[in-house]
Amino acid sequence: MIEARQLTKRFWKKKAVDGIDLHLEPGRIYGIIGENGSGKSTIMKLLAGLLHPSNGSISLNGEPVTRKSASQIAFMTDSTRFFPYFKIKELVDFYDSQFEDFNREKAWDILAFLSLDGDQKLSHLSKGNLGRAKLAVTVAREAPYLLLDEPLSGLDPMVRESIVKGIIQFVDFEHQSLLITTHEIRDVEPLLDEVIIIHQGKKYAQQSVDNIRTNHHLDVESWLKQNMQ
Amino acid sequence: MGIDFQPDKPIYQQLIDRLAGEIIRGLRKPGDKLPSVREYAVETGVNANTIQRVYRKMEQMNIAESRRGQGTFVTEDTGKLHELREKMKETYIHSFVQDMSDLGFTLEEMSEGLAHYQEGEQDD
Repeated sequence: MIEARQLTKRFWKKKAVDGIDLHLEPGRIYGIIGENGSGKSTIMKLLAGLLHPSNGSISLNGEPVTRKSASQIAFMTDSTRFFPYFKIKELVDFYDSQFEDFNREKAWDILAFLSLDGDQKLSHLSKGNLGRAKLAVTVAREAPYLLLDEPLSGLDPMVRESIVKGIIQFVDFEHQSLLITTHEIRDVEPLLDEVIIIHQGKKYAQQSVDNIRTNHHLDVESWLKQNMQ
Repeated sequence: MGIDFQPDKPIYQQLIDRLAGEIIRGLRKPGDKLPSVREYAVETGVNANTIQRVYRKMEQMNIAESRRGQGTFVTEDTGKLHELREKMKETYIHSFVQDMSDLGFTLEEMSEGLAHYQEGEQDD
């Protein structure tokens, strides 16, 4: 279980994340939803132990999150600069050398599922294929927590669909929790158990998708539009 | 994505309706194996937890049964499937009648309309 209390991150004087409480249970799929600049990515980096909170705390199964938590948290960056000097097969070797929980066979299965070949160089990949390659090596880790930062952002509908299907096919939902940030809710809604709405660095709401649909007879996007106005 | 879901109902409910519809139409027969949770999740673009919930609810409705280590199957109890068919009919009639009443039609006008509709169908 990941727990954050009053999580706050300041960059100079600006609060990117402002007093957020989170309680993330094993085996569930969470979507962190918010506009660009709402603080989603900062939250992910804090949870992954890549940034240190200015205030508040985060714990993973009761232990404080640090850079060492990377052994239990697989983080996929939204950066488009991703090991440009590697070929895909070298990226697989590198991940294999860095992470004990990396499953090589699974990595190649995912790459095949996403129609990528190992001899392609990362710097020569299209944006869509780079997104697929990042997903493949991240999901090939058998870590209890998978954090995917904007896995669908700026990709065309076919690539988005193949990424969503890759996630459903290869994430082991009995043993792994998934956290996804996105501003494109429509594509990921059927994938999510719960949505966490972030607005200007604060948590606006946390709701199960089924509850929103049952209680309000709206999909998440329409519900948000109705509430955020 | 896999399926276009309606916004006003939970996704698991829409998947139950979809599978129930396929059973009633005979596309899935009594005793047929349903796809594995993972297969159906990928096919529909929905997460595996939701598919598990769909199968569990269908078991509670007695229209599916899980067999240890083998998966989930359409029930072979044709009585239950007949019940499901009747229930679906009632649901659709209820929503039809509701919509028509909202427009100001009486039950009499509706059944007249249906009889007339049926004649039209036979002429075609």
